[in-house]
Amino acid sequence: MNANKLFGLTALFNTPDELVHAAAKVNELGYKNYDVHTPYPLHGMDAVMKLKPSKLGYITLSFGLSGAAFALLFMYWAMSIDYPMIIGGKPYFALPAFVPITFEVTVLFATLATVIGMLAFYFKFPSNSHPLHDTPYMKAVSSDKYGICIEADDVLFDFEKVNLLFKELHAQTISEVYFPAVERTNIFEPKFLTLLVLIALLTSGATYVTLNKLIYLTPFDWMMNQNRVNAQSKSLFYTDGFGMRKPVEGTVARNYIPYEYKGLAAPVVPLSNPLTPTNEVMNLGKKRYLTFCSPCHGNLGDGDSRLRGQFPNPPSLHSEKVRGWLDGNIYHVIVNGQNVMPSYASQLSRDERWAVIHYIRALQKAKNASPSEIIEAKKEISSNVAP
Amino acid sequence: MSHHDLVYQKKNLPESLKKLGFILVAVGLVLGIAGFIFDAQRALFDYLLAYVFIMSIAVGSLFLVALEYLAGADWSTPIRRIPEFFASFIPVLLILVIPLLLNINSIFEWSHKDVTSHDKILSGKSPYLNTTFFIIRTLFSIGIWSLFYYLFINNSRKQDQTKDQSLTGKNNKLSAIFMPIFAITITVAAIDWMMSLEPHWFSTIFGIYFFAGSFVAALAAVTLATILLKEKGYLHPKMTNEHLFSLGALQFTFINFWAYIAFSQFMLIWYANLPEETYWFIGRWGGLWSYISLGLIFVHFLVPYAVLLSQPAKMDPKRLKFISIWILCARVLDLYWLIMPQVHSAKAGALTIFFEFGFLVSAIGGFLLIFYFNAKKQNLIPVGDPKLEKGLNFRL
Repeated sequence: MNANKLFGLTALFNTPDELVHAAAKVNELGYKNYDVHTPYPLHGMDAVMKLKPSKLGYITLSFGLSGAAFALLFMYWAMSIDYPMIIGGKPYFALPAFVPITFEVTVLFATLATVIGMLAFYFKFPSNSHPLHDTPYMKAVSSDKYGICIEADDVLFDFEKVNLLFKELHAQTISEVYFPAVERTNIFEPKFLTLLVLIALLTSGATYVTLNKLIYLTPFDWMMNQNRVNAQSKSLFYTDGFGMRKPVEGTVARNYIPYEYKGLAAPVVPLSNPLTPTNEVMNLGKKRYLTFCSPCHGNLGDGDSRLRGQFPNPPSLHSEKVRGWLDGNIYHVIVNGQNVMPSYASQLSRDERWAVIHYIRALQKAKNASPSEIIEAKKEISSNVAP
Repeated sequence: MSHHDLVYQKKNLPESLKKLGFILVAVGLVLGIAGFIFDAQRALFDYLLAYVFIMSIAVGSLFLVALEYLAGADWSTPIRRIPEFFASFIPVLLILVIPLLLNINSIFEWSHKDVTSHDKILSGKSPYLNTTFFIIRTLFSIGIWSLFYYLFINNSRKQDQTKDQSLTGKNNKLSAIFMPIFAITITVAAIDWMMSLEPHWFSTIFGIYFFAGSFVAALAAVTLATILLKEKGYLHPKMTNEHLFSLGALQFTFINFWAYIAFSQFMLIWYANLPEETYWFIGRWGGLWSYISLGLIFVHFLVPYAVLLSQPAKMDPKRLKFISIWILCARVLDLYWLIMPQVHSAKAGALTIFFEFGFLVSAIGGFLLIFYFNAKKQNLIPVGDPKLEKGLNFRL
């Protein structure tokens, strides 16, 4: 124990009241460097020790405010300047959405700063220990005793006097606490630093291997890698080097009947509609018409769509010319296109084109029917309705 | 200081308080009734505002009393009579609610059968939102609050004479029963009196929002009364500023709680951006309302937060007095923001502002009177409470 310096003299009491009394007495005698240790906060202790409010709050406040400022500025920069992105139809700087994160960062900064500030103030960082740690005294006050410690560096400290004072206060146990003259846990010790570097290397190495190698290992690839030519890949076998081969001239895809008058001005032989205008065919025609034709020709074929005025105006389907056309002529225009209208051969199948033609004919009939025809149609509809 | 000086001696509150109370009630009523003649519908909403203001302080105070028993707190025992006095407004609510119940048709859209039958949403809500059930709920809530008020206060008063410790135990048990009932009734009251003003709109957090604001207003009222009474020497001479700390800390906590709830309500609605929810906020963003909406953030959160942040501030009577009055004004602003945008009155102008707060002035006068008459009959300190001594010795 000779190499150790005296830290202070400690006294343990059985009840909180005794300790409050003792602390009042010690404070009255003018001691400055003393502290009390209790298993839980004691009401009234601050008053008898004449403690001023802790200055730690200012650290908490300033770091909390910087946390709030940092979070807001960072989100402003990231979301509004560096990589502006619209999320959920909100503005780039969507303040309400940033508030929860700002709050979290504020709390994070404030609490971390408070803990580090406590270490700095009370443990004199980088030291991370305290002479009272790991002493029987500290163990006692951590369970059921109430302790006071007068430190040896107090100007009024005198071993015999303090000892006598504690005895007069009826302390249950009085003990001295020593601490090594050379600090034991030096954080700049080479061993400790080596350990830190090793841990850093190990962690980053393990992270690198996991993220870059481990997760890309394939457990087995029996079916994935085969001896075959993949689509769009190079072939060493064929002289032209293409892995994919062109079909033989004149090949026709399954269920595809080519249109033999493609590219001509009009079909050579008049074509007639092969479909019967059933309910299903009319509905299909209506659906396809509304999808592909109505954007230009209008929902009812008047050529009055929303695109009117942006292109050469699309023609009405109710003109004398179109009404006079054979079905085959309309079919021809759908496949070949006409003026600015492109070919719709790839969008509409053969049957769909004929269904659309049925629908166009129905539109034309509806628009241009004579009064007698309307009466006839009404009769027919009413006779179809079940009584 | 001899021991003899530090004993509580009951003193009556000054007659001037009674006079001031009556004057405020009278002036307020004159203003309110003038407003009623000028614009009946708006005056009804002004009355509703004052009614809800009284309710939030009275019921919030009852909650504070129950909270002391439930938590076994002793710091608040020396001042418990103050929330008890405020809570004595609760039975009066049964009378004050009558003008509102008589005018349900002028206040609530859902009370019109011809409107609800043509409105899918309102007819869907009509099993809850109908006049009969509304009156039943209102009377039941006030009834149950009054019942618990009498049970708590009777035990508390009896203890002054008998010094019977078992009465505290009885109130502890009562408070445990009261809490869940309180949670439901205050939610129902919030939904009925404020949320159903706009019956198409809904917010599941609304009950807590109303509770948070009510409790913080009740705390502010109790703090203000405590400091004023302590300054004039009506309370126990052993009380120190450290007793104020917990009141200040609770105010600080519930200011934060209010902001947390208010923001939660706003953010979810803002983020989801569903038209059936957002229009309630959009309506509070038109014209001058945007200043009130934004002002709430400052008035009801940022200013009290900054003022109450440090530890000494929570004990400083001067600062607490200022912030308590501030929070009470903030409460009025919050209720104004909740209630008044629903007024659909054609008449509006500079004159309305003149009448707007008439009933509120009466409410303040009412609180003064209730305080005066309670203090005349009873001790301002629960002298028989076993926790009193410990409470008086409370130190930080």
